[in-house]
Order: sequence, then C-alpha cells, then structure tokens
Amino acid sequence: MLTTVIFAALALIAVAAGIVVFRTDSMARATYALAVSFVAVGAMMLQFGLDYIGVVTILMMVMEMAIMAIFMVMFMGMNPALMPMDMVHNKRGSLLIAGGVFVVLAAGALLVPWPARRGAPAVDLTASLGEAIMGNKMLVMLTVSPVLFATLVSAVVLANPRGRYRDYPPPLAAPGDAAGGTDHGGTGSDGGTAPHDHGHHGGGH
Amino acid sequence: MSLPLVLVAAAALFSVGLYGALSQQVVVMVMMGLELMINGVILAAAGFWWFLAPAPDGQVLLLVVIAAMTVEMALGFAVATLLHRSQQTDMTDMAKELSE
Repeated sequence: MLTTVIFAALALIAVAAGIVVFRTDSMARATYALAVSFVAVGAMMLQFGLDYIGVVTILMMVMEMAIMAIFMVMFMGMNPALMPMDMVHNKRGSLLIAGGVFVVLAAGALLVPWPARRGAPAVDLTASLGEAIMGNKMLVMLTVSPVLFATLVSAVVLANPRGRYRDYPPPLAAPGDAAGGTDHGGTGSDGGTAPHDHGHHGGGH
Repeated sequence: MSLPLVLVAAAALFSVGLYGALSQQVVVMVMMGLELMINGVILAAAGFWWFLAPAPDGQVLLLVVIAAMTVEMALGFAVATLLHRSQQTDMTDMAKELSE
C-alpha cells in the first residue's frame, strides 16, 4: 500500500514537472522541471528494484539537463522570462493529438487483460544485468557501441564551424591580401564564401 | 502498485512530451518534448519488465532505450548548433528549406 502511494506521488511529480516544462516562460526553469521529471522516473525505477538503471537515469539526466540549460541560454535569441511570448504553433491541434494519444494508451493500459507474472527477479539485479550484457546479450552492447561512436563522429562533423567541405588548414593568404587569412579560412574550396554566413552552401545541394 | 497504474503514468508522460514535440517552435524545446516521450517509454518498459517477465535479460532493453535517448540528445544539440550557425535561428519554422 505504501509503495503504491509513493509510486503515485512520484508519478504525479513526474507528469506535473513535464507539464511545467511547456508552461513556464523561463528556459532555466523548463530545464530544471525536466530534470525533476527524470529524477522522479529514476526513483520509480528504484522502486522496481532496478538500482543500477535508476541511478544511471538520475545521474545522466541531471548532467544532461545542466548541459541543456547552457544550450538554451546560448541559442535563445531573447529571454522569454523577461519578454513573455507564445513560442508555440498549432497549439489546439497538438493538444487534441496529445489528448487523443493519452486516451488511447490509457484505455489500452486499463482494458487489456495483462497476463500473470512469469518468473521471478534475480536476487542481485545489477549482477544479473552485468551477466546478461557479458553473456547472451553481448550482441546488443556490441551494436550499441559503434552507434554511440558514430554519434560522436557525426555530432562533431555537424557542429564543426568549418562545415563538411572546407579545407583544413585554411590556405595561406597571398602577400598583400590584408583581409585574407584572418577570418578562419574564408578562402575555402567553394569559392571564398564566408564560412559563418553561408556554411550550408558547402554541401547538400 | 500495479501494471495499469504504471502504464497510465507512462502514457501521461508520453502524451505531455508529444504535445511539446508537436507544438514548440524552438528546436531545444522540441528536443525536451522528445526526451519526455522517451522518459515515458523507459517507465513503461520498466513496468512491463517488472510485472510481466522479470528475467535479467529484460533490463538490457532499458539500457538500449537510455542509449537511444543519449544519441537523440547528442545529435539534437549538433543540429541545433548547425542551424544556429548557418541560419542564425533556433526555430523550426525557419529551417524549412529541405521541404521546399
């Protein structure tokens, strides 16, 4: 009974924090609300006995939200907390779709006759997870590893100020060319467009 | 604590995230919506695992979902950086040239 009450409280906190993310004007508060939502879900994992995954979720998400807060401040042209504005489009349609999805999913959760539990959890769940990763589920981890590596490479390539198709190092400026060589390789292979203004011209078209 | 309760909570998280992903204009806010949706998926997967078949192997699925969330965040930030650098914007509505 007590576990149900704690779970319901955590679920309420998670969903309420999720709603706050899209209701608050402050970007920092939105990020922290999302972190609260993740911490609540991590605590629910701990209730299931998933110590390792619960703690990983909490630690990872708190760090991730700290990074996200930096990105929010970095990329937002203005501060909506100081200058309230509606940063949404098609609010009505989105609400309808989200409400419809919730009704369908909740109806499924409540109406489907779920089968009885099969098997019992291991005594030490973390140890059993380690054995699964290193044993019969090793292929999963062998697949996830290159995916994460490819993510690292592609994220660096995408976020690189030079873009995908520029020379490195930048060509040396000709003698007497006062402007050359000072703008991070502006005389690149695509005819000398300035990289910061038209970086997307280099590829994709 | 029962499976339907867990699934309803997960559905609520997923739906709130879906609303955000559909309605927000700022790229980072769209990513927050996607994160909330994956949050709901993690909770539902944990509930299924615990209440239906608590074999050790099921936990690996949760690890995969968490890894997928990490990939989404990393590439999302990279695309946001690229968008800001090339278009000077952080809004999805101003990055439509691929659809034109």
